[in-house]
Amino acid sequence: MELVLALGIGILTSSGVWLILRPRTFQVILGLSLLSYAVNLFIYAIGRLKVDAPPIVGAVAGAASQYDDPLPQALVLTAIVISFAMTALLLVVLLASRGITGTDHVDGDDGE
Amino acid sequence: MLPLMGSLAVALLSTGARNAAGLIAGATALAGTVLIGCLYPVLAGGRVLESRIAWLPSLGVDLVLRLDGLSWLFASLVLAIGFLVVIYARYYMSSQDPVPRFFSFLLAFMGAMLGLVLSGNLVQLAFFWELTSLTSFLLIGYWHQNESARTSARMALIVTAAGGLCLLLGVVLIGKIVGSYDLKDVLASGDAIRQHPLYMPALILVLIGAFSKSAQFPFHFWLPHAMAAPTPVSAYLHSATMVKAGIFVMIRLWPVLAGTDAWYYIVTSTGVATLVVGAWAAIFQQDLKGLLAYSTISHLGIITLLLGISSPLAAVAAIFHTLNHAFFKASLFMAAGIIDHEAGTRDLRRLSGLYRFMPITGTLAMVAAAAMAGVPLLNGFLSKEMLLAEALEDYNDTWLDQALPYLVSLALVFSVLYSVRFIHQTFFGPRPELGHTPHEAPHWMRVPIEVLVLACLLIGIFPAITIGPILGLAAHAVLGDSTPAYSLAIWHGFSQPLFLSVVALVLGAVGYVLFAGRLNAISAPPLVGLLKGRRMFDAALYFLVAGARWLETRTGTNRLQPQLRVLVMVALLAGVLPFLHYGYSLGSRHGTVLDPGFGILWVIGGVLAIAGAWQAKYQRLAAVVLVSGVGMVSCITFVWLSAPDLALTQLLVETVTTVLLLLGLRWLPKRLPDVWPERHTPASVRVRRARDLLIAILAGGGMALVSFAVMTRPLPDTISRFFIEHSYADAGGRNVVNVILVDFRAFDTLGEITVLAIVAITVFSLLRRFRPAGESVRGPLQQRRQDAFDEAGEDREPGDTLSDYLLAPRVIIEWLFPVIIVFALYLLIRGHDLPGGGFAAGVTMSIALVLQYIAAGTRSAESRLRVRPMNWMAGGLLAAAGTGTAAMLFGYPFLTSWFRYLDLPIIGKVPIATALLFDLGVFLLVVGATAVILIAIAHQSIRTPLRQKVAPVEPAPEQI
Repeated sequence: MELVLALGIGILTSSGVWLILRPRTFQVILGLSLLSYAVNLFIYAIGRLKVDAPPIVGAVAGAASQYDDPLPQALVLTAIVISFAMTALLLVVLLASRGITGTDHVDGDDGE
Repeated sequence: MLPLMGSLAVALLSTGARNAAGLIAGATALAGTVLIGCLYPVLAGGRVLESRIAWLPSLGVDLVLRLDGLSWLFASLVLAIGFLVVIYARYYMSSQDPVPRFFSFLLAFMGAMLGLVLSGNLVQLAFFWELTSLTSFLLIGYWHQNESARTSARMALIVTAAGGLCLLLGVVLIGKIVGSYDLKDVLASGDAIRQHPLYMPALILVLIGAFSKSAQFPFHFWLPHAMAAPTPVSAYLHSATMVKAGIFVMIRLWPVLAGTDAWYYIVTSTGVATLVVGAWAAIFQQDLKGLLAYSTISHLGIITLLLGISSPLAAVAAIFHTLNHAFFKASLFMAAGIIDHEAGTRDLRRLSGLYRFMPITGTLAMVAAAAMAGVPLLNGFLSKEMLLAEALEDYNDTWLDQALPYLVSLALVFSVLYSVRFIHQTFFGPRPELGHTPHEAPHWMRVPIEVLVLACLLIGIFPAITIGPILGLAAHAVLGDSTPAYSLAIWHGFSQPLFLSVVALVLGAVGYVLFAGRLNAISAPPLVGLLKGRRMFDAALYFLVAGARWLETRTGTNRLQPQLRVLVMVALLAGVLPFLHYGYSLGSRHGTVLDPGFGILWVIGGVLAIAGAWQAKYQRLAAVVLVSGVGMVSCITFVWLSAPDLALTQLLVETVTTVLLLLGLRWLPKRLPDVWPERHTPASVRVRRARDLLIAILAGGGMALVSFAVMTRPLPDTISRFFIEHSYADAGGRNVVNVILVDFRAFDTLGEITVLAIVAITVFSLLRRFRPAGESVRGPLQQRRQDAFDEAGEDREPGDTLSDYLLAPRVIIEWLFPVIIVFALYLLIRGHDLPGGGFAAGVTMSIALVLQYIAAGTRSAESRLRVRPMNWMAGGLLAAAGTGTAAMLFGYPFLTSWFRYLDLPIIGKVPIATALLFDLGVFLLVVGATAVILIAIAHQSIRTPLRQKVAPVEPAPEQI
């Protein structure tokens, strides 16, 4: 499982980095989306992988090792919401830039 | 800190409130003066007042206010002359100027200056020093519509602030030597400082600071330029306060820094050079204020020279002359202001014979100028006698010591010359050709001058009674028990100093008689005029700016791609370095057994990601679908790996993100086939792509290796254990992730939802001014076809086709609306114990809203449903912050939560926690923010395009 997830994170990162280095705004947005999936999964993976051990405790909490680490999960939960906000902001900025400059190049002009 | 508060109060007044501003400023200064006057008896008893507030305890820096004799003297000078200047300025400033701003700056400056002289701590002293530079910049540049005011203000700021930086470095060095920044400790360790190897750099840095502030040669050039300031500012800053700050620092640190050869040579020679150069240049000034400015420079030179001599008696003389100079120079500046006001010019060549129009002002100015020239029975005479006595005294047999009497006497001749010139040119001679009749200034404008001149006379005639005790107090504060015996009598018998004084007076007067006519013809002082301080300053500034610009064009770029590339590569490098050093190894933790399903899932995920990256350029719609597919894969991963909360949130957020991206697609340009036809892609582009691909693969490979290395190591004991153990017991929640968010770390969450609100408002306001590109203003092709078809049909309205298509989905979605809302509330309520919570519920709720928009169209959805996302957001923030504050009302820290299980009939045991209220706030805010973002973008499609000519006024903002 670990190996698969690690490879998955790697592939997502590669695709994301490739896209944010592209010249078109839309590519950059998608690249950031992919990159944030990768980072979220990575942060989550810091808490190690456990199957069937959600951090939902009973009336008496068992040993911590019975549950998946809740802390990275809390971090990732907020990260997901924030990355949505970031995507929205970026999208609007890029649309405005497209409206003002007439191109969707990241630098506002098409000259390569 | 009274003046600072006063400054704030005045700053709030409207620009027209001239009297009120003056009143507040005057009252503040008066109150300060009275306060400081009341403290005199305490200090006379030999005590030092100290008040200490912890500021940066970890660095040993406290906010210390220390009042001893010296600081008392300077503080009263600042406050009393400040009060007089306020009165004067009230009548001087024209009603067209924004007067409250002036008084606000003036009070701010006064506060900074007070802070400076009352500092009981070296770092604090440097801080207030910079504050005076800043506020004096504002004051000098007060008439900011005036080009020369702007440049002079900037010059003064650069010179004095750079000097302040040197001073800061210097005091840091001193603090390093002493081991404490506290003035008390520093003053007690003079010997240690003088013998330390760092003494030299510290001394030079402190002196550069003091010299630049006190306009000593060669930093003197900013002061004459600063005459562009309103005259009250000159009277205040350039006689009594700002320029005396450097003197103050030198006197303050005199006990610890003075007494060495280095001090003697640097300070004395600078003082003499400044004295002679300033006095020489003053003779040739044609501008009234310019003359006073150069004479100020030369008098500051006198004080510096006295401090440099390093004998206790000279130090007393320095303090005394500081005081005297403040009195006569402030009154002269004010008189110059009146002359300027009445005659309309400050040019000495055009002024003459004003005495017959303004006898009172003329008399006052004459007395003050006589004090400046050092005529007996006036205060200037006394300190000048002391200066001459000190200059004549043999301290060491160096050439400097030998030359001193001659140089000083020469400068005194000059100073008599310019004083006579000032008076004679202005007040005597034929009637001026001014075109109007000048007359006496208003009574209250003269009062400050009268007070100051009276002080000059009193000190000059009865020195022992009036100034003796105060001077003694200040001198004692500096010199301690080694305060020498000195006499303040007017008559010391026939002595060498007296003889020199008389010679200077006579020679100066004779010089004026001989050269008066020729002086008017000269526009720049000979010899000294060649030292163009200003030109050097400008050149230095130019090279600095040009150099910075060159460096920026060489190393910087404003293109995004290279910046991102550098960013990624630096991150890569930072990631690789530790592995190069420690090597790469895997941990010992046994991995979880691979489920084939998981493997297949990630094969799909990888393919989707790569395909998305591949297609993002030409097939945007496909790319959006592919990328959200990746989102789904990561969502399933979270379910698989025991993170139900994450999966839920990811699923919901993925939905709104996709809707968002689809809404944005409409405004992007059509992607034409590649700029370069296939197979003719330039080599540079291929190289760039190959390089980016390499970077991307390296980054991905690195992430994979790092995450695999982490995941194969056992989990150390983290704070998570605390969360798991206390979640139910202390916070009453079973869902630990949710409890962390709304209880343990609620403050973080509060910050986070605030960020969300800010983003939403930013998006909204950016879109209000949104201008789509010309080609996408018309509706998309499909919509235009549908509309054309609708218009062609007889019984059809535009938009009918679309609503026909969507009839079935619309009915279903409308029926689903309440269901989704109930689901959202369910998620919210159960969040504390089971997967769910405010974030998930909020996004669900906003999906419900957005679905209505999608199914029915923006217009018809809004005709039936008025969403006010801003209210939702405000309510959410209030609920979250209010829950936190409520805890404080009950005496608990901010955001402490409270919970209890209630037994309700029928429903059973229900957890009631204030955390739920907080989560409600999160929920409301997330609904509002998500809705405002999506709706604002959706609205762009139904906006009437802005036509500049026809409708110059922007359409009213949409009701959202």
